[in-house]
Amino acid sequence: MTERPLGKDLLGLEPLSKEQIQLILDTAEPFKEVSERVIKRVPTLRHKTIVNLFFEASTRTRISFEFAARRLSADTVNVAASGSSVEKGETLVDTAKNLEAMRIDMVVMRHPSSGAAQFLADRIRSNVVNAGDGTHEHPTQGLLDLLTIRDRLGRIEGVRVCICGDILHSRVARSNIWGLTKLGAQVAVCGPPSLMPREVSSLGVTVFKRIEEAIEWADVLNVLRIQLERMQGGFIPSVREYYRVFGVTVERLEKAPRDLVILHPGPMNRGVEIDSRVADGSHSVILDQVTNGIAVRMAVLYLLAGGRPELAEAAKRE
Amino acid sequence: MPLMLPLPLFLTNGRVIDPSSGLDQIADVLIVDGKIAGVGKGLGKPDGAEVVHAKGLVVAPGLIDLHVHLREPGNEDVETVASGARAAVAGGFTAVCAMPNTDPPTDNQAAVGFIVKQAHQARAARVYPIAAISLGQEGKQLAEFGELVAAGAVAVSDDGKPVASSHLMRMALSYAQTFGIPVADHCEDPTLPRGVMHEGVVSARLGLRGIPAASEEIMVARDLLLAELTGGHVHLCHMSTRGSVDLIRRAKDKGVRVTAEVTPHHLTLTHEACDGYNTNAKMNPPLREAADVTALRAGLKDGTIDVIATDHAPHAYDAKEREFDDAPNGIIGLETALGLGLTELVAGGVLTVPELIDRMSTTPARVFNLPGGTLAPGAVADVVVFHPELKWKVDPTKFHSKSRNTPYAGRELLGRVMRTVVGGATVYDGREQ
Repeated sequence: MTERPLGKDLLGLEPLSKEQIQLILDTAEPFKEVSERVIKRVPTLRHKTIVNLFFEASTRTRISFEFAARRLSADTVNVAASGSSVEKGETLVDTAKNLEAMRIDMVVMRHPSSGAAQFLADRIRSNVVNAGDGTHEHPTQGLLDLLTIRDRLGRIEGVRVCICGDILHSRVARSNIWGLTKLGAQVAVCGPPSLMPREVSSLGVTVFKRIEEAIEWADVLNVLRIQLERMQGGFIPSVREYYRVFGVTVERLEKAPRDLVILHPGPMNRGVEIDSRVADGSHSVILDQVTNGIAVRMAVLYLLAGGRPELAEAAKRE
Repeated sequence: MPLMLPLPLFLTNGRVIDPSSGLDQIADVLIVDGKIAGVGKGLGKPDGAEVVHAKGLVVAPGLIDLHVHLREPGNEDVETVASGARAAVAGGFTAVCAMPNTDPPTDNQAAVGFIVKQAHQARAARVYPIAAISLGQEGKQLAEFGELVAAGAVAVSDDGKPVASSHLMRMALSYAQTFGIPVADHCEDPTLPRGVMHEGVVSARLGLRGIPAASEEIMVARDLLLAELTGGHVHLCHMSTRGSVDLIRRAKDKGVRVTAEVTPHHLTLTHEACDGYNTNAKMNPPLREAADVTALRAGLKDGTIDVIATDHAPHAYDAKEREFDDAPNGIIGLETALGLGLTELVAGGVLTVPELIDRMSTTPARVFNLPGGTLAPGAVADVVVFHPELKWKVDPTKFHSKSRNTPYAGRELLGRVMRTVVGGATVYDGREQ
C-alpha cells in the first residue's frame, strides 16, 4: 500500500484531474455493497486510526465519515470543537502538532475558515480529508453528488446541472462546479445576485437569474440550503419571498420540458428552497445521495491510505 | 539625533541625484555640522573630513516613509521605535512617520512626546509621530490637534480604521488647517461586510470573503468631496484601486488639496499572491488586480499618486501561522522598499532613478512638510548612498526589524544601501553588514 493515486490529502476537487475523480467514483462502486450487508464491515483499514475533527456542528457529514471509517474497520475518534482545547484558545497549528504527536493516520476535518484543510495538510504528515472548509470546498459532498447523478442518468458528460441558491457562501457549490466541469457536464448556477460571488462566471458556469429559466434548461437541479442567518446579513429580505421567487416547486417543475433529477445536500428547509412535495417526490434522489455518501467516503479513505483502486473489491476480503 | 556634531563627511565622485533641484550628475557632496555644505564638481576636501568614495554609487537625499507602524507602545515584542528606526536606516530611510494605532493610541501630547523621546534615543532614522484624529481612534471626538502638533506630530490619522463619520472627517479637515497639517485617511467603507481579500476571481475560487474595490473608492470619493468643501489637505493612505487613481486625478485637476500614497506591495503584487491561502499576502487594503497595479504605476509616474509609503506592519513570527480568515493584515516593508522600487519600477521601465527618489524622498518631505528630501545647501544632511545595480536576496532573518512577515522572502532584488546619513552622522554602514 505505497502508491497514492490521490496524493496525500483530499482538499478539494479543484486540484484533482478528471481521471482522479473518476477513479474515486469507480472505487466507490464495490464499497456500496458493504452497506447492504447484514454485517456491514470489511477489514480493509484495520489498525488505521482516523480522527474526525469537527470545528463546526455537523450531523450528516460526521456520521457518514464515521460509518465509512468503521465499515472499513478503522479506529475512529470524534473531536468536536466545543469543550475541547480549541475552545480554550488553542491554535489550529498547535492542534495539528498534537494530533501528529499521537501518531494518527488520518484526519477528517470540518472547519469554518476557507483554506483550513490545506493549512492542516501542509503541517502534518497524516492524510487530511477536507470535510468542508468555510465557503471553499466540500469535496466528498461533490463526489457523492457526482456518483448520484451518474447512477441516475448513467453518465455525467453532457448532462446539464444547475446549482440553485446561495452560491456565495456554499462550499458544496464550488466542489460541484469543479467536479462537474472536469467530468464534462454543463454547469449553471441560479440564485439571487446578492448571493452570487463576484466574477462567478470565471468558474466556468452559466448564470440564470430566474429559477424558471434554470428549470427549462437543466437535466439536474442541485438545490442548496438557504441558511437562515443570510437574512440577518441582509443578503435576502425573507424566506417567504425566497420561496416565492426561487423555490423549487411542483408547479414550476411541471413546466419543465423534461423530467428533472433533484439533489439537495441537506439539511433541507422545506418550504424555503424546496417544496416538500418535490423533496419527497419521484424526481428526488436526496436519500440516494446520503447512501452514496458512505461509499464515496469509504473510497476516499481507502485510496488515501494507499489502497490500489483495482484491488478495492479484493481488499474487502483481505 | 546625535548629541555631538559628527566629523565633516565628503562623498566624492558619486551619481548625485537631487530631485528638488533636478540635479543628476557625477559630483561631490560635502556635509559639515550636520548640514549640506555644498554639492558640485571638484569641491575641496576639508581637513579632517571622512571621505566616502562613491564611484558607481547613487548619492541622494535620504528616503522618507510617510506610513509605518512601529507598535510601541503596546506591542514591543514585534517592533519598537528603536528597532523600526534601525530597520528604516538599513533600508535607506532617514525619516519615517509612525502611525498612531498603538496600544494605547497616540492621541495626546504625552504619547506624542514618548515617541519623540524613543526616537531620539534610538539615534537611527528620524521618527515623526502621526497623531490620532479622534480620541482613542474611536471616531467620535476630535483629538487636541494643537497640543499634538506642539508635541511633535506632523499629521493626524485614525489609520487602521477609516473615519466612518463624514461629519468628523469634515471637522478634522477644517480644524487641521489651523496647524497646517494633513489629515491622512484609511479609505474603507465600514458599513460593507468585512472581507479578507480583494473581491474578484481569486476570492470566488478560494471561497474567501471579498473586499470590493468600491469599498475604498466610496471613501476616496467622500474624502475628496470633503477636502473640496473645507479646503483642507487630505492625504489618502495606501491607494489600491484603479478607480481611486481616476478619482484622485479628477480631483487634482479641479485643484482639490489631495495627496496620495501607494505601497511597494500594491505596485508589485496582485490578488493571485493569496493563492494557497498565503497569509503573507493578506493586507488591508488587499492586493488587487493586474489592471489596478498598472493604473497605480501610471498614477505614480504622472504624479496623481504622490509618494511610495511602505505601510510597514510588523507581526509576531507566528501571527501569520493562522487560518487566512484569522491572520492579521500587513507586511513589513522598510528593508525591501528601495530594492523593489529599483527592481520593479526602475528596471521595469516605469520610473527613472531620479523619479523613484522623488517619490520616496523629495515629495514625501513636501507632502508632510518635513525637513530633508533635498541636497540644497543648508538643508539637513539626511542622505542615502546606494549601489543601484548590486543584486541581493531577501533574507528575513537578516532584517533589522524585529519581525519577518514578508511575501518577498527569497526574491532577488537590485540596489543595496551602502550608507545612510542622518543629520550628518552615519547611522547605517552597508559595508559592515
